[in-house]
Amino acid sequence: MIRVELRKLLCSRRTWVTIALIDALPVLVAVLLAVTGVGPRPGTGPAFLSAVLTDGTLYPLAALAMVVPLFLPVAVAVTAGEAVAGEGQAGTLRYVLIRPVGRTRLLVAKLVAVVVFALLAVVVVAATAYVVGVLLLGQQDVTTGTATFSGTSLTTPELVLRTLMSLAYAMLCMLGVAAIALFCSTLVDTPLAAALGAIAVLIASTLLLTLDAASALHPWLITRYWLAFTDLFRDPIFWRDILRGIGLQLLYVAVFLGAAWANFTTKDVTR
Amino acid sequence: MTEPVIRTAGLTKRFGRVTAVDGVDLDVREGDVYGFLGANGSGKTTTVRMLLGLVLATRGEAEVLGRPMPRHRQEVLPQVGALVEGPGAYESMSGRANLRLFDAMGSAGPAGGRRTRERRIGEVLERVGLGGIDRRPVKAYSLGMRQRLGLASALLRSPRLLVLDEPTNGLDPQGIHEIRELLLELNRGGVTVFLSSHLLAEIEQMCTRVGVLDRGRLVLQDDLAALQGPTGRTEVVTDDPGRAASLLGDAVEGRDGDRLLVRADDTGTLNRRLVEAGCRVTLLAPERRTLEQVVLAASAGAGDRRERAS
Repeated sequence: MIRVELRKLLCSRRTWVTIALIDALPVLVAVLLAVTGVGPRPGTGPAFLSAVLTDGTLYPLAALAMVVPLFLPVAVAVTAGEAVAGEGQAGTLRYVLIRPVGRTRLLVAKLVAVVVFALLAVVVVAATAYVVGVLLLGQQDVTTGTATFSGTSLTTPELVLRTLMSLAYAMLCMLGVAAIALFCSTLVDTPLAAALGAIAVLIASTLLLTLDAASALHPWLITRYWLAFTDLFRDPIFWRDILRGIGLQLLYVAVFLGAAWANFTTKDVTR
Repeated sequence: MTEPVIRTAGLTKRFGRVTAVDGVDLDVREGDVYGFLGANGSGKTTTVRMLLGLVLATRGEAEVLGRPMPRHRQEVLPQVGALVEGPGAYESMSGRANLRLFDAMGSAGPAGGRRTRERRIGEVLERVGLGGIDRRPVKAYSLGMRQRLGLASALLRSPRLLVLDEPTNGLDPQGIHEIRELLLELNRGGVTVFLSSHLLAEIEQMCTRVGVLDRGRLVLQDDLAALQGPTGRTEVVTDDPGRAASLLGDAVEGRDGDRLLVRADDTGTLNRRLVEAGCRVTLLAPERRTLEQVVLAASAGAGDRRERAS
């Protein structure tokens, strides 16, 4: 079933259009930076963006910091929201289930497809950002290495390792979104409602984070540690928020996947 | 003794306070073409969904192909082909691509090598009259074509049992005829067909057994031949119905224009009496009940009517 879901994902034009659109923003920003040469002052604007003017190899991280807060979660929520409700709306869910495909198996296959989608998006964004960054913004002399936030230098292998770690972290954050959207998808009849449900959770979380009165809730909000991957570029790595972020995302994944499973396996499929 | 293919005992489904299916005892035997009749909203589709494990019963048991459902769906469903409440397909893909996907689903995965699978898909498409489809996506299909595609998908695994919910919906008269012939051919090859419909004519032309659902209750279940048995009356058409009526006296139980309904033990004797009295008989036949009469007598009214409580 996983193979079937992946084939559906990869053969769908929508998948690639979505990824291209997500990819468009960092490319546009890179072009603007290269043309104007005006970057945000250090410490303002999206993470890493002030650094990329001097070093294009950091641009994948800047691109990631741009798409992780909004674009990527929206795309993941839409894809995961589609999972069960979309099949229901298209009238294919009942035919899939009587093939028979077990409900748990279907849910797992859907989740894998969403993860692959997020992975594809992240990889495409990072890869194009690297190419665009090096081409448009130039590369610093490799021997001097890339500067961390803490002012020390990173060697290229170290930089690659830390970049991969941040990609993995971003993926885990997307898994949390996927779990919520998947749960919504087993709950409602239309994929739109499911996606909006998940997005609403993200917006609420972002909003509450700006509110001091909600500070007791902050450690439990899903988006709280999303940008903690920038801490991987401190020297030494500042682990506290990253580890908390990993724990929190795993908690969200466990709770919402469990709820999705419990709901879907006992649900009457009447569509 | 033929094996029961579908057997339910006290099958009940409640949605909140509404009882959609109420204590249904179905009995479908191997080789049957079983007509499952009922007005819209009488619970046919919910029953079908319970048989397939899509809707979970509130109470009661269901056995399909000798095994309890939905517990044994992994063994039962690969031998069942179904069309439930209209066809469903991935709209942006071609019919062939859809069948490839559905063929690859399920616990067993796709059976056989690539060439076997392609041949199987080609065969079912040919069978349902879609042998010539091109790469157009399903969203460009007419309802009839979608229906045929759904049927093709149901036939992919060479099922022992076909469960079809309104399979001729959206087809033109030629299409309906074709599908009927196809189903009868499959049935001759040993496939049991469970056909749910609200079209009496369709059931009457095809089925050997009939079950009638009325507001969630199974009000009738019998062989079609038994249901349509003679009523003990004879239908008589003569050129002088007035004279015939006075001649036969109290035996005449009904009159409709030229047509008399006569209670008679023996049609031959009746014929002789009329002819000897000088009445020209143009038609003389034992009266049989139509399926419509049987169904209307058994059920209370249209299922989707909601009368105001007085």
